Amino acid sequence: MAKSGKNNIIQAEGLKAPVIRIGLLQWAKTNLFNGVLNSILTIVTLFLLYKVVPPFVRWAFIDSLWFSSAEQCRAGSGACWSIIPANIRFIIFGFYPHELHWRPLVAMIMLVGLLFYSKNRDHWSPSLGYIWIAGLLTMGILMRGGLFGLAPVESDKWGGLPLTLMLSFFGMFAAYPLGVLLALGRRSKMPAVKTICILYIELIRGVPLISLLFMSAVLFPLFFPEGLTVNKIIRAQAAIILFTAAYIAEVVRGGLQAITKGQYEAAESLGLNYVQKMRLIVLPQALKIVIPPTVGILISAFKDTSLVVIIALYDVLKTTKSALANPSWMGFSPEAYLFVALIYFVCCFSMSNYSRRLEKELHT
Amino acid sequence: MTGETCKTSRSSEDKIIEIDCLHKWFGDLHVLNGISLTVFRGERIVICGPSGSGKSTLIRCINRLEEHQKGRIMVDGIELTGNLKNIEKIREEVGMVFQHFNLFPHLTILENLALGPIWVRKVPKKEAEETAMYYLEKVHIAEQAKKHPGQLSGGQQQRVAIARSLCMKPKIMLFDEPTSALDPEMVKEVLDVMINLAEEGMTMIVVSHEMGFAKSVAHRVLFMDFGQIVEENTPQVFFDCPQHDRTKLFLSQILH
Repeated sequence: MAKSGKNNIIQAEGLKAPVIRIGLLQWAKTNLFNGVLNSILTIVTLFLLYKVVPPFVRWAFIDSLWFSSAEQCRAGSGACWSIIPANIRFIIFGFYPHELHWRPLVAMIMLVGLLFYSKNRDHWSPSLGYIWIAGLLTMGILMRGGLFGLAPVESDKWGGLPLTLMLSFFGMFAAYPLGVLLALGRRSKMPAVKTICILYIELIRGVPLISLLFMSAVLFPLFFPEGLTVNKIIRAQAAIILFTAAYIAEVVRGGLQAITKGQYEAAESLGLNYVQKMRLIVLPQALKIVIPPTVGILISAFKDTSLVVIIALYDVLKTTKSALANPSWMGFSPEAYLFVALIYFVCCFSMSNYSRRLEKELHT
Repeated sequence: MTGETCKTSRSSEDKIIEIDCLHKWFGDLHVLNGISLTVFRGERIVICGPSGSGKSTLIRCINRLEEHQKGRIMVDGIELTGNLKNIEKIREEVGMVFQHFNLFPHLTILENLALGPIWVRKVPKKEAEETAMYYLEKVHIAEQAKKHPGQLSGGQQQRVAIARSLCMKPKIMLFDEPTSALDPEMVKEVLDVMINLAEEGMTMIVVSHEMGFAKSVAHRVLFMDFGQIVEENTPQVFFDCPQHDRTKLFLSQILH
């Protein structure tokens, strides 16, 4: 008896882990109804879902109208998605001259195309840098006009999605290197550099973005000499960059602290100088560690660009709100806001998706 | 490679490291208390002593990973001061192997080796990689060139670390307890590489408690305690008839 039991154990060791098949009922029993409390929670949740989901589906998809007039919408009981096709050009482009909408459209397609192309790390090379510079210049010319026979468009007419994308794109890509420099500065052995970086980071983090935007709009012009004005968009852009950089700096500092002393010493003992040591050894490791929190900050910076509305810039959220001010479309705000939410979600979700992919690729 | 060195017959040009009355404090702790040491080209020195005796600190002062507060260090004719250019110049000539290997985990083995020559010595990439492969073959690890350090065993990592230093073609190699973080079965493969290096005439300063290695390779063995060099002798004399009581006690403790 004892002997056969021992044999069983020996045999069992040679086996693979057992595959357990569970039926749907069994699964529900172990996961949803294992105990009184869980059973109650399951029933309540199911009831709530029953109450919420079918009416929403009916409102959004079954009874909804997609390409109707506002009057037809008012007669129906479902969602009036028609507000979006009817106002799409104003929501996306704001006050940009109607007949020139193709220009910001092309600029946006170029930006998205370049971003998609750059997603693949195999494409990273010096020539990609030149492509970016050329691309950004072209986008700028398309937006501004005044060259190559394109009619000039003043920047106070810029708005909508191109403005949102521009503020966030430059916000992120300028704030990131600035943040890394600030983080390095904060860990510097030079007291002056260190103090300046700490002061900068703590001051910026101590005020809300809205107050920085106000300062950029109201306060800075006071310091400029008479006659010199800096474009409002650029001032808002600067405020966003300065704000985001301070947060990036603290995240990167956390990454720098995670790198062991041994890595610094190994780099130094090879004779690498400070710049080489940081660029080749420390930063590649530190920045990789902090990809998740960094992307978190970039995502929130992207969403925070909607705050520029307080200094009367028409980003995509503000143009949507203005479209709703049209009396004939009044009252359909849920549909319009859901649409803008979808735009924000698509952008943020692709960022977080990309960060996950990057982490996986860089994991060695 | 004889163990007998006759210092008096050597000219001052043969001196590669000159340490004169070196002092260093960590806060109030006097870790190096008046060390004087001269090392000649091609000489191999093993430093041993109880933990906290300052032996690691001493060799870390030689490439300025630690800053000394008093005294003078000359390496290959250059004095170590706060001058960054001089420090970098000395570090190019002085290789260092650490207890915990300190390979760069984000780079492949080959990249780990080629990095120094490419960026510090400005060697073309192809040539640097050829040199790297040459040294990887020397430490019997060429087939791992494309892997990352995390995929290698401790002994393999330490051999890579030695090869990484050698790629810089240093004049001096410092070893800071190179085998004490290794599993016992891997100690020999690392010591074999170090013995090969010794046979080629490399100037080596090794902080280690591997007494077999010290006996077979060292020209001189130094015993340090409380930041001072207590005893300094040829391995034969050092192990067979140590002069100092503290040395005797230490040897009896580590040799059981």
